Amino acid sequence: MNSTSPLMMLGLYFLSLSLMAIGGANVVIPDMHRQFIDIWHWMSSKEFVSLVALSQAAPGPNVLIVSLLGWKVAGIKGALVATAGMCIPSSLLTFFFSKCWNRFQQNLWREVVQTGLVYVTVGLILASSYVLTRSADHSWIAYGVTGITVLLMLTTRIHPLWLLAVAGVLGYVGLI
Amino acid sequence: MDTSPPLVNVSKSDLFFTFLVMGLTSFGGVMPLAHRLLIDKKRWLSSQEFAEALSIGQILPGPNIVNLSVMVGARFQGAIGSVLAFSGLMLAPLTIILLLAMFYSKYGQLSEIQHAFHGTAAASAGLVIAMGLKLLIKLKRVWSLLGITLCAFIGSGILALPLLTVIAVLAPISIGLAWINKKKEFLS
Repeated sequence: MNSTSPLMMLGLYFLSLSLMAIGGANVVIPDMHRQFIDIWHWMSSKEFVSLVALSQAAPGPNVLIVSLLGWKVAGIKGALVATAGMCIPSSLLTFFFSKCWNRFQQNLWREVVQTGLVYVTVGLILASSYVLTRSADHSWIAYGVTGITVLLMLTTRIHPLWLLAVAGVLGYVGLI
Repeated sequence: MDTSPPLVNVSKSDLFFTFLVMGLTSFGGVMPLAHRLLIDKKRWLSSQEFAEALSIGQILPGPNIVNLSVMVGARFQGAIGSVLAFSGLMLAPLTIILLLAMFYSKYGQLSEIQHAFHGTAAASAGLVIAMGLKLLIKLKRVWSLLGITLCAFIGSGILALPLLTVIAVLAPISIGLAWINKKKEFLS
């Protein structure tokens, strides 16, 4: 396998991304968008958000977006390589960390690190939402659907799947 | 997570199948379901332990629910437990998403399907905005730290800088500011 095969590129990219995903899969969306679209030109911005939407509509953790991106580039193998790359380094770290967790439990430093990181993470998740909105919304109606979704998620206990389904139907009949 | 001996016995197959169910039945966020299943129904963890596990998830990289499966697996059955819980969690969703992806590649070029996806994408962007805002509202109003949040948003979102750059610059500053803030709390 030469060093420029897509599988190798996927694997190396996600191995490195794994340890940066503080706060989970939602913080890495802008970096993946940049890498897959602007640098590698492997898909369009519209395809990217369609895959994000698909990963949110399916059952399971939202890290599945990584599997879908891998699949889009290199089929089933791509999906497996991307998912493994994204999950293995962070899982190993978690495994070893959980073994010595007691030592950190009442630690002042842990509390400080946690506080510091949360403020970064929240900014990164909002950055993801910005990138997704810019890629997904190209009409006032689309912005409206995004806005109503936000409003309903913040003020009601409605299940997100309903919102995705209704928006899908609106799109299907040509409104968005 | 607590490393004292667990109160209940959880077998390897129990780990695998519990996380399999969790992966299969969790639409739009696994955490509420994980909470109900692990604490209320199975009584594998106390609320306190669950909260601790989540707070580790905020420090360590990786998907929170994946980290949770690794930690719970490790607690009851060591390294093999972690592998089983993780595989259980991912197996069904990964299979389903790949089937959906094949459906998408077969019919995704049809314009109605594309339109449907554009509709869904608009709502899915809204879901992430709402998640970000919910977290933002919960943050303490420490202005210097909220400045970091703003910088992370601009750096990663608007300027589209590599994540590594954003984290390498902002995380140390943010932790430093959190430290200063903590000292102030002590003094006052």
